[in-house]
Amino acid sequence: MSTIKLKYEIPANDFIIAGEASSNVKNKLTQIGVSADIIKKAAISMYEAEINAVIHGNGGYAYVEIFSDKVVIKIVDSGPGIPDVEQAMQEGYSTAPDKIREMGFGAGMGLPNMKKYADKLEIYTEVGKGTTIIITVNF
Amino acid sequence: MKEYFHSVNLDKDKCRGCTNCIKRCPTEAIRVRKSKAQIINERCIDCGECIRVCPYHAKTAINDGLDIINNFKYKVVLPAPSLYGQFDKKYSRDNILFALKSIGFDYVFEVAKAAEIVSEATRQLLKNNEIKKPMISSACPAVVRLIQVRFPGLIDNIVKLESPMEVAAKIAKSEIHEKYNIPMDDIGAFFISPCAAKATSVKSPYEKQKSNVDGVIFIKDIYLKILSALNNVDNTKKLAEAGADGIDWANSGGESGALGTEKVLSVDGIHNVIKIFDEIEADRLSDIEFVEALSCTGGCLGGPLTLTNVFIAKTTQKKHMSEASKKSINGIYKRSYKDLVWTSNVEYKPVMKLDQNVSKAIEKLEMLEKLYEELPGLDCGACGSPNCRALAEDIVRGTANETDCIFKLRERIRGLAEEMVELGGKMPPVMDRDK
Repeated sequence: MSTIKLKYEIPANDFIIAGEASSNVKNKLTQIGVSADIIKKAAISMYEAEINAVIHGNGGYAYVEIFSDKVVIKIVDSGPGIPDVEQAMQEGYSTAPDKIREMGFGAGMGLPNMKKYADKLEIYTEVGKGTTIIITVNF
Repeated sequence: MKEYFHSVNLDKDKCRGCTNCIKRCPTEAIRVRKSKAQIINERCIDCGECIRVCPYHAKTAINDGLDIINNFKYKVVLPAPSLYGQFDKKYSRDNILFALKSIGFDYVFEVAKAAEIVSEATRQLLKNNEIKKPMISSACPAVVRLIQVRFPGLIDNIVKLESPMEVAAKIAKSEIHEKYNIPMDDIGAFFISPCAAKATSVKSPYEKQKSNVDGVIFIKDIYLKILSALNNVDNTKKLAEAGADGIDWANSGGESGALGTEKVLSVDGIHNVIKIFDEIEADRLSDIEFVEALSCTGGCLGGPLTLTNVFIAKTTQKKHMSEASKKSINGIYKRSYKDLVWTSNVEYKPVMKLDQNVSKAIEKLEMLEKLYEELPGLDCGACGSPNCRALAEDIVRGTANETDCIFKLRERIRGLAEEMVELGGKMPPVMDRDK
């Protein structure tokens, strides 16, 4: 069974490139013929994770693997890590600095949105080392 | 599946096989093959970008021709709001409508008037909480078709109301039927259009079985006739009835401006529309309830089959608006929006899909990625595909070869040449005297 493996670099604090990886994945899922509502789930949850890596994580990498029945998106950053995951999962909770909020980001919906749209969400984080988010969306 | 009809067409004699159109097409629907452009029908949305950019005027729009009006005993003309902006400011709207009528029509009904009715219906829909927001205007048929091929997630957001053109045809026909007791079948309604997309939506409507419009005449084809008729207009004739709200539909921002709410967004230019639709599809557009999206820059005044520069036309249009009352002089017909609701619906056309079978599609996508890696990435278009990625896609679909890329071909030739030189230096042992 063949799968497609993709890798994207996520540059730190670059809001122009931010979102490009998830939009690229969206186009590929369209070419495979995945239905629109599932593409939406994958695209939104990946976008949120990507933006988080840009804002908080000092950038990182996105590794995407597309199977015939699901897509697995792994976003790895080497940022500060999340001290309290439970707190971070609450809607509206944000540690984004003012200058990020002024740009319309940092509303504290990143992780809650990932949870909402992903079929499976795994968070591996260590303070001082970084965070890895694994999003699975089933077709 | 219904056969695809398109108004946008190619004049093969004029086409020189350049790459201008393939690179501007928003759905990558054109390839150059055998030094001629070829439109992939399933992908074409009739936006007319190719008509606009072709330096040799090889892209045309299929035309009903003015003679079509003679198929009917009683002829109604339905001028698009964008017609007014095409002429010199010294002509009033009454002048233009009189001149238009004098060309051979029995009755004039301004589409701008119908636009006000659609605006009223849209205002009713906006109040309905069950309707998905943001609502996306269906006034521009190219935009609706764009959603069909590229944004299936937005099909539910389309405003499923008939277009001002359809409403105008319907009302005009029943008015005439009632007033003069003329049989419906004897009445022909003809739309004066700024674009090809409207002609497509008359020939193969997505919102119902059959259009109320019997023919479409492009502004560029009737312009001269109107112009000469403007020389002897009767200044006492009053034909203009539409209000400024309706006339403004020709502009980008006109339709949304008539809705009476701030929660609107208007976007024009098909490539800008795509960017906004990406935002809506990703749920990133907040506090917007209505999106007016028009394929042409500047709105319908910038239509590919208009003649006057869009920015000049805008100032003329403004003049006509200032001379009109805000709303139609007879008041608009009070009717429930339900009369205008589509009787059929648009379906997703998955033209970007690589294969019907998901596993096979994945294999093809994998191959596509590998091929793309190997291509030079210059997006030169010399292979006839709009960019390197599209070439990789065409190869996977079996409609192109890797050596269609001139750089790849050269690489191969170089390799072969080197091999020949190397082989040329080798002599068969029986002939090699130095050995």
